[in-house]
Amino acid sequence: MGEEVKLFRSWSSPFALRIVWALEIKGIEYEAVFEDLSNKSPLLLQYNPVHKKVPILVHNGRPIAESFVILEYIDETWKQVPLLPKDPYERAMARFWAKFCEDKVLTSIWSAFIKQGKEQEEALVAAAENLKFLEKEMKGKKFFGGERIGYVDLVLGWLANLVSIFEEIIGLKIVDEEKFPLLYSWMQDFAEAPIIRDNWPPRDKMIVKFQALLDAAIASSSSSSSSSK
Amino acid sequence: MAEEEVKLFGTWASPFSRRIEVALKLKGVQYEYIEENLTNKSPALLNYNPVHKQIPVLVHNGKPVAESFVIMEYVDETWKHNPILPTDPYEKAMARFWAKYIDDKLWPAAKKVVMTKGEEQKGVIDEIQQQMKNLEGELKEKKFFGGESLGFLDIAANIIIWLVVAQEALGMDPILNEEKLPVLHGWLQRLLDDAVFKECVPPKQRHLDFSKVKFGSSIASK
Repeated sequence: MGEEVKLFRSWSSPFALRIVWALEIKGIEYEAVFEDLSNKSPLLLQYNPVHKKVPILVHNGRPIAESFVILEYIDETWKQVPLLPKDPYERAMARFWAKFCEDKVLTSIWSAFIKQGKEQEEALVAAAENLKFLEKEMKGKKFFGGERIGYVDLVLGWLANLVSIFEEIIGLKIVDEEKFPLLYSWMQDFAEAPIIRDNWPPRDKMIVKFQALLDAAIASSSSSSSSSK
Repeated sequence: MAEEEVKLFGTWASPFSRRIEVALKLKGVQYEYIEENLTNKSPALLNYNPVHKQIPVLVHNGKPVAESFVIMEYVDETWKHNPILPTDPYEKAMARFWAKYIDDKLWPAAKKVVMTKGEEQKGVIDEIQQQMKNLEGELKEKKFFGGESLGFLDIAANIIIWLVVAQEALGMDPILNEEKLPVLHGWLQRLLDDAVFKECVPPKQRHLDFSKVKFGSSIASK
């Protein structure tokens, strides 16, 4: 077929990891291009001039950016092991929950990690409310995709790895096993699933990285009373 | 098809529910429209969208779908004639990329520009100008983003009209002017001329009055 698939990623980006999982689950051969995001390559800037970020999928020379957009492109181009359901209503539900995971769950959990004081308290409350919706959505399924991993699992997958890292660093529980038993067991099942388990970035490196991000956030919030973006 | 029941919960001034009206009308789908009062949301709305409690919500044969792009994709996949998204996966990806860009970047900037002043406002104006130039790069010489006829990205870009009207209501110099952004400016005129699309924008004067009230007491108004 003469297919050329490249994935621009970084060692730690959870967004790029979604694409690694999708490609490997479908058995697609690809070349991984690791970027140093503090020193972006000319090629990255050429392929994603608008956002200058990873992941970028380049298929036969044509670039696609934004992980959700890439996931749908992969599913439509390589039809084996489908990530999205076939039925239009089920597809709509998957897309709805994926957006919820990104806009609400990710945002609130990130805030719970990076903020301090009252802002952190509020973020933890918001995170718990959002997680309640997800717990309900699990409805006794093994994965959000049903019997096997699907689109929503890949979108939320970062939770299965990063949450315990965040909890270790801040010393607070974010996904309590007692409050969210289904979600908690999903996290274990997902983290240990074939392919998923082979691709987690090194935990010690992740702890160093996120501790540094937190230290920087604390330093900048205490040194100025009003920050400008 | 058997007895079809399609309901759309929206508001007259929301670009997001207006998007769904365009999609349904382009496909000739009969639907019942329910105008919501967002200060007094109906039990039906809260029942159909318990997570966000927002419009638009499409209810098809009793099953609700929320989030405007999710609804638009559902409409396109359910009523397959007059496709809104391109058929080619790469072109589809481009439409989705730019639609996301519009909601994630252009819409927040548009909301900000009418709420700021001075140097801060100038910064946002420059940002929006750049965003619109980027969109021009995607439009190129096409009649619409969708090609010869309206598509997903044209519908998604309807929020540009809300920015134009808000700026006019506040007496601001329009960012989308023919001199600086001729390609996008031309596109907008064609969009507003389109027989289906023009039924799906708020009546101009009512929209101007609404914007004056909404933003008139903000920092940006003169």
